[in-house]
Amino acid sequence: MSRKTLIPIGPYHPLQEEPELFKLYCDGEIVRDIKWETGYNHRGIEKLSESKSYDQVFFLVERICGICSTSHPFAFANAVEEIVGVEITDRTRYIRSVIGELERIHSHLLWLGLAGHFLGYNTLFMWAWKYREPILDLFEMITGNRNSYAMFKVGGVRRDIEKSKIPSIRREMGIIRKKLDLLTGAVMDDPVIHARTKGVGILTRQDIIDYAAVGPTARASGVDIDVRRDDPYAAYPLVNWKVITAEAGDVFAKIEVRLLEMYESASIIEQCLDALEKLEEGNIALKINEIPAGIGTGRAEAPRGEVFHFVVSDGSNSPARHKIRAPSYVNIATFKKSCIGQTIADATISLAAVDPCYCCTERMAAAYDSSSGEKILNANELIEISMKRTKELRKSEAGHE
Amino acid sequence: MDTEAAINKLTGKFSDEIAGVTLRKGKRAIVTIRPTSLITLSEYLFKSEGFRFIIASAMHTRLGFEIYYHFSLDADGIILSLHVILDKEKPHIESLSNMFSASNWIEREMHELFGIDFLHHPNQEKLLSEGNWAEGVYPYRKEFK
Repeated sequence: MSRKTLIPIGPYHPLQEEPELFKLYCDGEIVRDIKWETGYNHRGIEKLSESKSYDQVFFLVERICGICSTSHPFAFANAVEEIVGVEITDRTRYIRSVIGELERIHSHLLWLGLAGHFLGYNTLFMWAWKYREPILDLFEMITGNRNSYAMFKVGGVRRDIEKSKIPSIRREMGIIRKKLDLLTGAVMDDPVIHARTKGVGILTRQDIIDYAAVGPTARASGVDIDVRRDDPYAAYPLVNWKVITAEAGDVFAKIEVRLLEMYESASIIEQCLDALEKLEEGNIALKINEIPAGIGTGRAEAPRGEVFHFVVSDGSNSPARHKIRAPSYVNIATFKKSCIGQTIADATISLAAVDPCYCCTERMAAAYDSSSGEKILNANELIEISMKRTKELRKSEAGHE
Repeated sequence: MDTEAAINKLTGKFSDEIAGVTLRKGKRAIVTIRPTSLITLSEYLFKSEGFRFIIASAMHTRLGFEIYYHFSLDADGIILSLHVILDKEKPHIESLSNMFSASNWIEREMHELFGIDFLHHPNQEKLLSEGNWAEGVYPYRKEFK
């Protein structure tokens, strides 16, 4: 048997949004096997939810993910409203969709920046995050919070989008379109990004079906699924938009899908604003006194894919059972397919390509020789070898021209 | 295909395996089946009808352990949940992970949190606690405080 080197990424590492430990078993530079340990951040939210009132659960599930913090309340609201059997008002539908799509834009920009960083393209990182900032300002204006917006409740939303706020959202959408043109140009025309991401981390259509992956990860492999269209909720059936798909299944296809989705999000927001201008202000929440016994399944398309909430009510003030399935739960498992056979430098971007949730707490990452126990690489060196590869490619590309 | 047509097709083909059907508003259906029929019905939904496995939700109730296996037919927006009721004392059921990888993690999670055994699972190790939790203590059971 050949000697394999173990390279752990994590449990705390900036590649990952949640603390997770990935063990890459490498033969030279090639990843031959991957194993992972999860659960470092298991907070027992499903169990906790059983001891909270329905109103409190909204704040609880909002804290599952800091980036796509509205997708969980969105799915939970859909599930509970199914149990109650109410139809929310049109104004509420449009407001919910505006929040959902603003979140998609800021989440995709965040991912794009990080992808750039892992490739050693830090200009892209700084641009993407710079243009993400005004979106967070919009959130602050609409909801009072830059993140964890506390907008949703059973039967409606907590704050209106008044007519006076609409012009600044429109102006920002105009600006973000121009910036998206710039970012799309910078990514799509860059020969180095092509060289680093095309043919890397490929997930075939069959892999997606086997792992039941969702969101941009599935759509980049030609699996045309999107809950917003397939199981319509909020204002999505009332506006015109299209589902973006790509066929290649590699990292480049995932970048492409996310970039083009942001244009669609901007268009959805503008159409929602048109409708909000015509509708009378106020009337944003129905009065719901009690949640009857029953079962509700709610879905929402988060930036990373389908969020699924299953709520069983026994007629009391809190859920009898609340099952939550976040998109990363099914997407992360595809690493088994996308990383094996890649070089270590490519495995890092393949791991980041499904946009797994992010933790921001780098504590330790080091490479050890599995037989001698000797330390070979640390976290910064790991990122350095990825960046170095981009530099080399950039040089050789320049040499061709 | 609407939800009713999908259910009629299923009940027509597997009338002996199905104990009850609940159709709900908004393209949702719950089909209660015998635990021994899970593989047959899942195979039919996944391989022949093109359903996608979303997730499974286990519950600890007065009846024992219940699992809802949620499947989605994305082309028509249908969610079909296969519902099984397992033994109170020694809950066990056949694993779906040899059919598709999507159920691998959730079965390990249910094994760890509820103590349900998944027969022929390729690797029924703990998913979340990695040895940091006592053996034989199941935090998602009702008696756990």
